[in-house]
Amino acid sequence: MMRGASRTDWVLFALSGSAVALMLLTLVGILVPVFVEGLPRIDLVFLTAQPSADLVGGGIWPAIFGTTLLTLLMTLAVVPAGVATAIYLTEYAPRRSRLATVVRAAVHNLAGVPSIVFGLFGLGFFVLFVGRGLDALLYDPADGPVWGQPAVLWSSLTLAVLTLPVVIVTTEEALRAVPHDLRLASYGLGATRWQTIAQVVLPNARAGILTGVVLAVSRGAGEVAPIIFTGAANFLPYLPTDLRDMYMHLGYHVFALSTQSPNVDLARPTLFATVAVLLTLTFSLNLVAVVLRARTRSRAHAR
Amino acid sequence: MPADPTHAVAAPAAPVDRDAAPELRMETRGLNVDYGSSRAITDVSLPVLACRVTALIGPSGCGKSTFLRTLNRMNDLVDGVRVEGKVLLDGRDVYGSDVDPVEVRRRVGMVFQRSNPFPKSIFENVAFGLRIAGEKRVNVLAEKVETSLRGAALWDEVKDRLDTSALALSGGQQQRLCIARALAIEPEVVLMDEPASALDPIATARVEELIRELRERYTIVIVTHSMQQAARVSDHTAFFYMGALIEYGETKQIFTKPKKQQTEDYITGRFG
Repeated sequence: MMRGASRTDWVLFALSGSAVALMLLTLVGILVPVFVEGLPRIDLVFLTAQPSADLVGGGIWPAIFGTTLLTLLMTLAVVPAGVATAIYLTEYAPRRSRLATVVRAAVHNLAGVPSIVFGLFGLGFFVLFVGRGLDALLYDPADGPVWGQPAVLWSSLTLAVLTLPVVIVTTEEALRAVPHDLRLASYGLGATRWQTIAQVVLPNARAGILTGVVLAVSRGAGEVAPIIFTGAANFLPYLPTDLRDMYMHLGYHVFALSTQSPNVDLARPTLFATVAVLLTLTFSLNLVAVVLRARTRSRAHAR
Repeated sequence: MPADPTHAVAAPAAPVDRDAAPELRMETRGLNVDYGSSRAITDVSLPVLACRVTALIGPSGCGKSTFLRTLNRMNDLVDGVRVEGKVLLDGRDVYGSDVDPVEVRRRVGMVFQRSNPFPKSIFENVAFGLRIAGEKRVNVLAEKVETSLRGAALWDEVKDRLDTSALALSGGQQQRLCIARALAIEPEVVLMDEPASALDPIATARVEELIRELRERYTIVIVTHSMQQAARVSDHTAFFYMGALIEYGETKQIFTKPKKQQTEDYITGRFG
């Protein structure tokens, strides 16, 4: 009896242990070659110069700038929309509300849509429908498209739709974690619903909401599929200065280097160095999220 | 047996010898409250006299807390609550169609069972109600915060650390801070839902002392599960059982000469 139990134990331990080992090995297998091959290529010039026309020489500054700009615009779009939706779902929707149930189901389904589909949606809805629609309304068709072409604005809005579920779900969680007693105290002092939300609920949920934002940003910064059709450029030797400009992007640059480069072997160091920069960016954003979450938790426990 | 005063749980603290004919501050008439399909309060008509402490006593689940929350429309925040009958504040129905519940809660303040200070500084906790009412003048805020903290007998303990977090205070201090916070907006009536049930005996004694001081200026309705407490702090007592008001009267009379058998059974500890 005992022997059988301990053997089962041992087998389960071995199985779960090897699963952990496999996971760690995969991570090491990704990180080691990337940094071993990539790091020697990274210097100040690589981070601040423009790429050469064959993409292999020079630096990746336009891609770093483009990724940052894109992510910033995405954040500006997704945070108000996501937080407002979460506020509606937790604070305004009556319990067992049909609408809230439908919205929650939609949010969860949205999270499961493949990112390439978002790319096509962005092209169809933002570039062709909204962009071309604006052109038809405001400009003479003879001038050619002004808004109705791929641009950093449309890419960032597409990414905002993609990351919306992350922001909504984490914000909802954060709002729910605010103790009910605090809301009662606020209402009991003659606060309106909006005053209670703005002065009590949101300030107390701030760290949790911020975690969601950082998670959305790190997810959005690494996505390539949604921006292929909506604004990312293969090679663009100048920086975008207008919302209607196209831009270079780290993730898309990786794709371009590995598929479009005339000499694949020559492109390898640049490719790996670009991957290393992209990974560093997303990892550090995730780290910020982890730290924020830990701080929220410890504060919740202190109460 | 009820004629024997020594049998009562405790004698009322202060001799009820305050100016004659107290005016009526609040009143319920034929109040029914339903949670979904179950009735929580049945046909309760109860006066709340100005500058008096009214205690609501009764066993758990008898509806005393629900009744309390009906007085300042806190029950509006719970889904599926239906109120019938009248709740009058200075003669006006607080459930009238032209009445804003937010306005009612500014005039009828509330202190909860568990102290619930905001995770803000002591000063900001007390100033909260004033700020949301639109008060921006710094000197007015400072003055009212001090008056309220003095009113809640907390000023001397916290005057040197108004900017520190309210969460660093002891449980008893937090509850007195919540009382100060409720007083700051100068309500006419203060509702207290078992305000001392989570406190140790010393902190409880301080809160009870405070309640006796507050009735000089405020009308207080207090829910308590402790009959001793009701006897110590209140002028009038209402005994609730199964959602109905069984008996209402001067506290001394309720505890020494109850008119109803159920009241007597409860206060002598035969059930509840």
